[in-house]
Amino acid sequence: MRALFANRMRTSFVFLGSLLILFVAWPLLRTVSASSLTMLWQTLLDEEVRRSIGLTFYASFVATAIAFVCGVPLAYLLARTDFPGKRVVEGIIDVPIVVPHSAAGIALLMAFGRRALLGRAFRLLGLKFISALPGIVIAMLFVSLSFLVNAARQGFEGVNPRLERVARTLGASPWRTFWGVSFPLAWRSILSGMILMWARGLSEFGAVVILAYHPMVAPVLLYERFESYGLNYARPIATLMILICLATFVTLRLVGGWRRA
Amino acid sequence: MKGGRGVEIRSLWVDLEEFRLCDINLDIADGEYFVVLGPTGAGKTVLLETIAGLHQPRRGRILLAGEDVTQAPPERRGIGFVYQDYALFPHLSVAGNIAFGLRLRGMSRGDIEERMAAISRLLGIEHLLHRTPGTLSGGEAQRVALARALVFGPRLLLLDEPLSALDPETREGVQRELGRIHRELGTTTAHVTHDFEEAVALGDRIAVLKEECVGDSKRQGRIVQVGTPEDIFRRPANEFVARFVGVRNIFRGEALSKEGGHTLVSLDGLSIAAVTELEGPVHVSVRPEEIVLSREPLRSSARNAFRGRIVGISDRGPIAYVTVCVPPDFVCMITRRSLEEMELREGMEVHIAFKASAVHVF
Repeated sequence: MRALFANRMRTSFVFLGSLLILFVAWPLLRTVSASSLTMLWQTLLDEEVRRSIGLTFYASFVATAIAFVCGVPLAYLLARTDFPGKRVVEGIIDVPIVVPHSAAGIALLMAFGRRALLGRAFRLLGLKFISALPGIVIAMLFVSLSFLVNAARQGFEGVNPRLERVARTLGASPWRTFWGVSFPLAWRSILSGMILMWARGLSEFGAVVILAYHPMVAPVLLYERFESYGLNYARPIATLMILICLATFVTLRLVGGWRRA
Repeated sequence: MKGGRGVEIRSLWVDLEEFRLCDINLDIADGEYFVVLGPTGAGKTVLLETIAGLHQPRRGRILLAGEDVTQAPPERRGIGFVYQDYALFPHLSVAGNIAFGLRLRGMSRGDIEERMAAISRLLGIEHLLHRTPGTLSGGEAQRVALARALVFGPRLLLLDEPLSALDPETREGVQRELGRIHRELGTTTAHVTHDFEEAVALGDRIAVLKEECVGDSKRQGRIVQVGTPEDIFRRPANEFVARFVGVRNIFRGEALSKEGGHTLVSLDGLSIAAVTELEGPVHVSVRPEEIVLSREPLRSSARNAFRGRIVGISDRGPIAYVTVCVPPDFVCMITRRSLEEMELREGMEVHIAFKASAVHVF
């Protein structure tokens, strides 16, 4: 604590940094404290709100599961091998972080829309993306997969390759080595990547709204209530979302801290 | 036990990005303790990893007990591997580490328990089985890694600098332990090290690996001499081996009785005093610069004083090496000035002396 105010420069840094902290914390606190418990409870009793929150959780979970199945192997490759075009692959994984999410929504529409090639192909399988759950899932997947892939990659990079080599000499096939050594050792990173990705998916608005305004995920519902009824009706939903995301975030930090220890 | 077909390596070339091994030919007899000696960076680890199947050679063949395993994946070779940093699985207990290879072989719980008990007894690690690797000392981790590599009965044991990460006290114990385990199990062993005395103490035979530079950024390793420890330091094949091994006094001997804080070690009849806890057959080394040489009998506190005849003088600029036959032959290092002042000549009778603490027993 004393180190914070050790000299004048540090004291002024403390002041400047505090402004930013307050800027984030104050609006959140205002929103949460403005809603009474009874109001929150009533919001929770609202069928539409509950369905919407459930849908958001579920869609983000499915997106995370898809990213887990394809992203963990990709992360392993990125951590362990060098290949031509690796930089390009790394770039593609990070692109969703930098493009505007509404633009991502448009891009997905171009590929999965009713008249697009992929859209038509999936339609034969009975999957439609526009104004449907699969659309929400791919929107969430697109904007949040980087978090999982990058975390998993860091996890695998932290595993000493010699452990895998020793496992091979002890008689383990490459698959057994992966499941018996690499995966368990990278698991905490992967798990925190999954939580981060899931939380990021929950809060997605821009990409989702372009592919599927209906059924409404929580951020879209919030927006609609705000547009149609005003602040007082939107606030309890906002509060609920903030509380839920904070809870996941705290869990994430605990998982992370546990990893460091 | 010895003799027969252990490992045969035929014109092996390994090409990695910045390093390659050139034309490696080695025969390791069944049951032999073979040491690959070379400076850091000469590709010793790469050689072991290639034998284990972790790198695919560009050319050449590797035969294990007569069977060509060049194309076989590591898991089908039945080779035990111990890395310098032990590479214990941090998410498994010591018991889990040791049982890892046995579980993969689909052994019953009873068999696993039995084998684990036997190897733990051999290595004296029964009390560690429930611990996690993170809580082990270097010496303990080393034993666990050895147990894990030996428990499934490998055809060949590969040891990558097994002693270099240990502190000097632990080191001596583990080195003896390696010798004992090899005598008890008779597992064909290839051990790589940069330490000559370690190689002499353990190796039936030694191969010397040399690092060379090719081009700007690429380095390569090749074998420059294979022979018994004696061959290597008495008859180095070339300048590189001679320099790497250095000028040394190394003898085989037997540590006999303790006497007033010293141990008497017999070198073919010559009895010298040393400071050591070891007993039985040992190696002894005395650095040439630790030996005092004079023409008159020495009155010093040194416990070891002998008379001998000069059989060779090698002038190396500011210093000179004088070989004195007691017997055995001791090489002493003196300055050029002393060489001139004492007017030393071959055939001359001289006195040598060195302290008991200057004698390294291993």
